[in-house]
Amino acid sequence: MSRAAQEFLRSAAIKSADLTHRQVIRRNIDSYNTANERGRSRFLDWEAARLKCEQIKWEAVNNLDRYLLEFEQRVKDRGGHVFWAENSEEARNYIANLAAARGVKKVVKSKSMVSEEIHLSPALEKLGIKVVETDLGEYIVQLREETPYHIVTPAMHLNRTDIAKLFKEKLGDVDTDDPQQLVAAARRSLRRDFFSAEMGISGANFLVADAGMIALTTNEGNARLSTSIPRIHVVLSGIEKVIPHLHDLAVLWPVLATAGTGQPITCYSTLVGGPRQPGEADGPEEFHVVLVDNGRSELLANPEEREVLHCIRCGACINACPVFRTVGGHAYGTTYMGPIGSVLTPRLRGLPEFNHLSYASSLCGACSDVCPVRISLHHHLLHNRRDAVAESDRPFAERVAFRLWRWGMLGEHRFAFFGWMARLGMRVLKALHLDGTVFDPARPWNRNHAATVPPPKPFRALWGKSDGHN
Amino acid sequence: MARVALFIPCFVDQLVPEVGLDMVRVLRRIGCELDFPEEQTCCGQPAFNTGYWEDARPVAERFIQIFRRAEMVVCPSGSCTTMVRKFYPELLAGTAMQKEALALGERVFEFSEFLVKVAKVTDVGATFPHRVAVHDSCHGLRELHLKQESRELLRHVRSLELVEMPYSEDCCGFGGTFAVKFSAISAAMGDAKAGFAETAAAEYVTGTDPSCLLHLDGILRRRNSAVHTIHLAGILAQTGGAAERRPPAASSRGQR
Repeated sequence: MSRAAQEFLRSAAIKSADLTHRQVIRRNIDSYNTANERGRSRFLDWEAARLKCEQIKWEAVNNLDRYLLEFEQRVKDRGGHVFWAENSEEARNYIANLAAARGVKKVVKSKSMVSEEIHLSPALEKLGIKVVETDLGEYIVQLREETPYHIVTPAMHLNRTDIAKLFKEKLGDVDTDDPQQLVAAARRSLRRDFFSAEMGISGANFLVADAGMIALTTNEGNARLSTSIPRIHVVLSGIEKVIPHLHDLAVLWPVLATAGTGQPITCYSTLVGGPRQPGEADGPEEFHVVLVDNGRSELLANPEEREVLHCIRCGACINACPVFRTVGGHAYGTTYMGPIGSVLTPRLRGLPEFNHLSYASSLCGACSDVCPVRISLHHHLLHNRRDAVAESDRPFAERVAFRLWRWGMLGEHRFAFFGWMARLGMRVLKALHLDGTVFDPARPWNRNHAATVPPPKPFRALWGKSDGHN
Repeated sequence: MARVALFIPCFVDQLVPEVGLDMVRVLRRIGCELDFPEEQTCCGQPAFNTGYWEDARPVAERFIQIFRRAEMVVCPSGSCTTMVRKFYPELLAGTAMQKEALALGERVFEFSEFLVKVAKVTDVGATFPHRVAVHDSCHGLRELHLKQESRELLRHVRSLELVEMPYSEDCCGFGGTFAVKFSAISAAMGDAKAGFAETAAAEYVTGTDPSCLLHLDGILRRRNSAVHTIHLAGILAQTGGAAERRPPAASSRGQR
């Protein structure tokens, strides 16, 4: 078992038993569900909107080379720079070198999961640069020295009291648990940072090919401040975020907002087209787009798994996931959590180390049902499992067990014999009070379930005798 | 009435045969002629879901051969029905048997689906004087799109009070090998579900998947809960006759 798998099992078991955590998450997701349901009802036909979004992303992903080059050309035409980063290190180095060359001392960041994926902040901090997260949720987890708990709502695991305590400790000038005053305190502090930072780093919800612009959505307006006040604006984005046309946003923006938070549209929807042009009053002097591959083109090369790149990072599958609600966002130990994380991480970072995440699902399919771009997430989990077995990434004992199982299932007499043995074994263990102990092969089950005494006879021995007359 | 071949999942055969027997009683009562192909073992889902497609494939092929000539196949599990209808075509893609898998998929029905949609029966003449909540099992709900069928049948059961439990569509946490590999997560999910059944003050949680019910049953008894589990067939089999067996299926054998 990989280190990551052991760590996951350990943290998942701890969180599973944490009833306070379960309540906090249930409450937060309940209010998400209420908003989301209201949001979907505003659409004339939500299913048609999903289908449309799937088509747009299909078109983009299946012609990714063409749309990315178109996007690059248009960005360059307006004086922007585009850097193609094959992996995390290349992306980190490009931004770190740029910051060093321009004498940057402070960076303000608008929310970007790719920056988490490439571990950007530690790399900049190592150069003595102060990095400030400006999304309120990100700001809170940064103060706590944690990673985001959820890709859309990074501080979902915290309540008002937790945040009040944190602010009192870290900001000093605030002692209240009134949400408005807490927000005001964060805002006071962040304002100073927006105006003193030399570099702003943002993600991109979409890269619009025909406009050569990036589309950003936030509820706090922090992306606008991060990308227009500092001298340099750096955009970090996965290559799969490109979409063909500006008019695609007419459906993608409301669908993203609805799936993400239940809003009809996110409060601040911004298109950024590059550095300040002659005659313009504001905007950055320099504009850099870092396009990150980091394993994505391998997914692209795999026709069966390609649709995973359709993901628009709305977080709907995470909210729908009963495993996420049980273990929480941190147990995964990965940048992307929940169903999309369990599908994506083993593909981006390797099946041997991360295939356990593809197994950490009951395959209930709630994720696929809510995905606004109709990714069949639980089927991809099945594919990851199949490929993990094919590449011999699974334990020897498990492989032997299934070979034996197959032999047993290929003949009804063998099957009946194994069944008889199992039932006898269960009765003996029970009689000796050994069920649930280390002598019990079904211990993981019997530890959590009251014992069931197996029947003396199976259905096949009974069915002919059953009366059909009652 | 139709001639029906019984598809009894491996664990029902070995661990909860009463679910199969109850289904037999109901199907006979509505006039079906039944046949149990005794060569059947397992549909292959445990291996398929764990990624062992090479091991699942011959088991699936054998299953198709056994049910090849069956006019209609009925199964008391939405999950095993899903395996045959939805996953066999993918498992056998590119093999000679894919076509036959697709054809068989159209003739395999989950028990409540068969009653309501094929046999067009909603009142099977059952009596069950208890307060009952339905757990919507994932495969039945999301792969076979069944939700109202079991409720429709329950509404026609005499003296039965049907209640909805909160979050009835949440997964119970069973998930096959998931329950063993990630037993802590699985048990916590089951525990949450058990709590919802208690909130609804149901005497029984019913459903169309004996695997979910087996899991919930073990958890409910572990909690010393007042809620019992019973498969839908177990309710529909009860006619209120004096000579009839007691109700709860698995629970009666289990010990608190």
